[in-house]
Amino acid sequence: MTAEPRPAADPAPHTFGRPVARVEDDALLRGRARFVDDIHLPGLLEAAFVRSPHAHARIRSIDCEPARAAPGVVAVMTFDDLRDVLTSDRLVVAMPSPSYLLEVHRPILARHETVHVGEAIAVVIAASRYLAEDAAALVEVDYDPLPVVADCHAALAEGGARVHADLPHNVVAELDTAYGDVDAAFAGAAEVVEDRFWLHRGGSHSMECRGVVASLDPLEDRLTVWSSTQTPNVAQRLLCDLLARDSDAIRVVTPELGGGFGPKLVFYPEEAVVAASAVKLGRPVKWIEDRREHFVVTTQERDQHWEMAMALDAEGRVLGMRGSLLHDHGAYTARGTNVVFASAITVPLAYNVPAYRLASKLLLTNKVPVTPIRGAGQPQAAFVMERLLDQAARRLGLDRAEIRRRNLVQPEQMPCRKPMKLRGGTFVVLDSGDYPAAQRLVMEKAGWDDFPRRQAEARAQGRHIGLGLVNYVEGTGRGPFEPVRVRVAANGRIHVASSATAMGQGTKTMLAQVVAEQLGGAIENVVVTTGDTAAMTLGFGGFNSRQAVMAGSSAHAAAVKVRAKALEAAAHMLEARPDELTIVGTHIRMRGNNRTIGLGEVARALEGIAGYVLPGNLEPGLEATEQVIVHDMAFSNGSAVAEVEVDVETGHVQVLRYLLAHDCGQMINPMLVDGQVIGGIAHGIGNALFEWMGFDANAQPLTNNYGEYLLVTAPEMPSIELFHRESPSPLNTLGIKGVGESGVIPTPAVIASAVEDALQPFGVRISHAPLSPMDILDLIARADGA
Amino acid sequence: MSDRIDITLTINGERHDIRVEPRKTLADAIRDDCGWTGTHLGCEHGVCGACTVIVDGATVRSCLMFAVQADGASIRTVEGLAQGETLHPLQEAFIANHALQCGFCTPGFLMLAAGAIERNPRMSDAELIEVLSSNLCRCTGYENIVKAVRSAMNQMQA
Repeated sequence: MTAEPRPAADPAPHTFGRPVARVEDDALLRGRARFVDDIHLPGLLEAAFVRSPHAHARIRSIDCEPARAAPGVVAVMTFDDLRDVLTSDRLVVAMPSPSYLLEVHRPILARHETVHVGEAIAVVIAASRYLAEDAAALVEVDYDPLPVVADCHAALAEGGARVHADLPHNVVAELDTAYGDVDAAFAGAAEVVEDRFWLHRGGSHSMECRGVVASLDPLEDRLTVWSSTQTPNVAQRLLCDLLARDSDAIRVVTPELGGGFGPKLVFYPEEAVVAASAVKLGRPVKWIEDRREHFVVTTQERDQHWEMAMALDAEGRVLGMRGSLLHDHGAYTARGTNVVFASAITVPLAYNVPAYRLASKLLLTNKVPVTPIRGAGQPQAAFVMERLLDQAARRLGLDRAEIRRRNLVQPEQMPCRKPMKLRGGTFVVLDSGDYPAAQRLVMEKAGWDDFPRRQAEARAQGRHIGLGLVNYVEGTGRGPFEPVRVRVAANGRIHVASSATAMGQGTKTMLAQVVAEQLGGAIENVVVTTGDTAAMTLGFGGFNSRQAVMAGSSAHAAAVKVRAKALEAAAHMLEARPDELTIVGTHIRMRGNNRTIGLGEVARALEGIAGYVLPGNLEPGLEATEQVIVHDMAFSNGSAVAEVEVDVETGHVQVLRYLLAHDCGQMINPMLVDGQVIGGIAHGIGNALFEWMGFDANAQPLTNNYGEYLLVTAPEMPSIELFHRESPSPLNTLGIKGVGESGVIPTPAVIASAVEDALQPFGVRISHAPLSPMDILDLIARADGA
Repeated sequence: MSDRIDITLTINGERHDIRVEPRKTLADAIRDDCGWTGTHLGCEHGVCGACTVIVDGATVRSCLMFAVQADGASIRTVEGLAQGETLHPLQEAFIANHALQCGFCTPGFLMLAAGAIERNPRMSDAELIEVLSSNLCRCTGYENIVKAVRSAMNQMQA
């Protein structure tokens, strides 16, 4: 445990590290919270998009005239109709990387060629969404279908189809991740295990789809855009470029967000089109994605095809790993190479792997772009590593836990520098943690050693139960910074503003806790504003499990400054020394007597009086803005055990128990940490057993509703037991690590391990996810036949 | 499509005389014509349950019902759960058990649970989980929702 950020003896209530109730809940529970679709403005128009029914086609012509004549229609526009208000026909959003072979920026609206089903071609703006959709059906687009690339393998086929007719090939980027003498490791190996893996994540499926409302205020010439984005400051910068407007002439606000899970960090064509339409028409415009659109146009994280080999010595120590990865990138670069980058560095992270080489290809396909979904490439990497360790254990006759114990990064290695670099060029350094202790803890709680007995008993009764064990590491707290301003108003209220963006994780509660800890402990006295470019001009937003780490650190630094200044000013006003004072609730109190002064009075005094010196000759204002810079990532870790029962007649897998020993450093709010972890586990169970975004050979989406695409519901959830360890991160003052993606990373791997264990009598090998009942039956049948 | 029909919806005790196209869903009428935006739309094909409301005592998915079908009905939405500043036991239990994160599905779960408890105030755990399997949540993993509803149900019996 790290020290509290304020002495425990201080009389003010502590809010840091406590399971305090969320500041977000009341409005959400009363139905008063305002999501983007709840925004109604006078004269509001609604948009519907004309979308491609083809995965690949040339667009010969677009006839908008029949639609323009439809009832209630205000405008029907292609890119050519919006050109006069836009500076570019493309969204240039790809993060830098030396690995690109091709530039494939998304068009705002497709003009001559469409490259995935659902791609937006025209927009209809009408008095209501009903009327807009009626008219959208009347837009006549003449398509000339072109050959389709439906998967990674087709993308690589010699002389095969091309995703974009004018590009020479389909390899958008190549990444080589390598260190050590891999070939020597394999040459000297006592044992080599290898396998091919197919891994698929599916969509994000936040319960709120995407949406955007844009309104131009002609008096101030200011465009306000409310978007369901995880990155409003990024969206603002892009919109300023696209619409050639000053940064204070566009305000982007993220209203209450109904979940993010990754894809809402991406800037989308619809955001540009709705904003441009509002400017062009001089009327407020709204577009709300429906679920069918979410299935086809919100970014996904789909197929990865891995071939990987592991070399070991006779004692089961890993000597090296090598292999290749083919990654379905979709039709455009909507974010970057980052999912593959994360996959590549995650494989050997939790273990000591002396030599490693992974050759990755990012392949264009005629499908919606791939960008991070909660976990972002890490669950797939954990799957590959852990499946190979299970295979090696079996080959060497070792217990699955023992082979892991022999290879895990040890606590005395911390901080452990890996010979790999993050995308920004700094080394991957595991900052802290005791990985073997986490594994021991979860094994003990799960009754690992006793399980073979239980398993034998169950088998004697014809039941197939199995246990899996997996270790993982989660990279969190992506830098370089996230600003936070803390200001005490003249009425004593504490205002916290940050570019951090709340997606439902309790970001406002987290910031309020960190700030209140320094400023009196009255959480109800703290007002938090997130996701509003008018409140904070710099910053990034929410992704990569970074907000508690980055914004939390800045909030702490700002609150500490405000506290020091408040005490200094109050000392002057109370004729005391600052070290005789402390803040309790809304007042500054002098120890040993009953002299007090309100925080608001101090703030008011620091606003100054014309002609008079400020108290203590201090700088004006009781506020501070901090943007703590950290480039290294804070690595959370954990060890998971799952127990499953497989029905060998139906292929049904029931997860019976799930145990996780988890370490995200110092916890700011243990209740919210548990919520994040359990939610991530549910997502991971979906990835392990249910979620498949299917496409046919023409890249037509097959799973466009919740009858076909299966999300986990309440009965699929096992009982979950969480055990926390707290290894503070040395990278930030509070010792925080991120937690948002922890639950999902080990879950497909640990369920696969458990299913394989349950099916031992059949000799089934699991090397893909999701694993459907049909797959299980098929694997049993094939293993039987072998 | 443009032949509009006059209907009356009583929502949380408040009467709304509105004129809607026959194709307008009850969910859209509640949100857009009557202004009760606490009811959310998550899938518009009757699976996620975010739009669950109580129509004349029955829990329904308001995205699968036309507004005209609810003419004359009395409808309860999430805004009708609290009595002034006093939260409903379900709402209190959702806070205490951290049963909501983004809160988008929450109005649907609250109305689903409220309707289920009114029909059977003594649901077994299995019955409770079966009922709650009607709705989707992407954030919480359901565990805390189940805990919250069970706790509210027990409290409402006391």
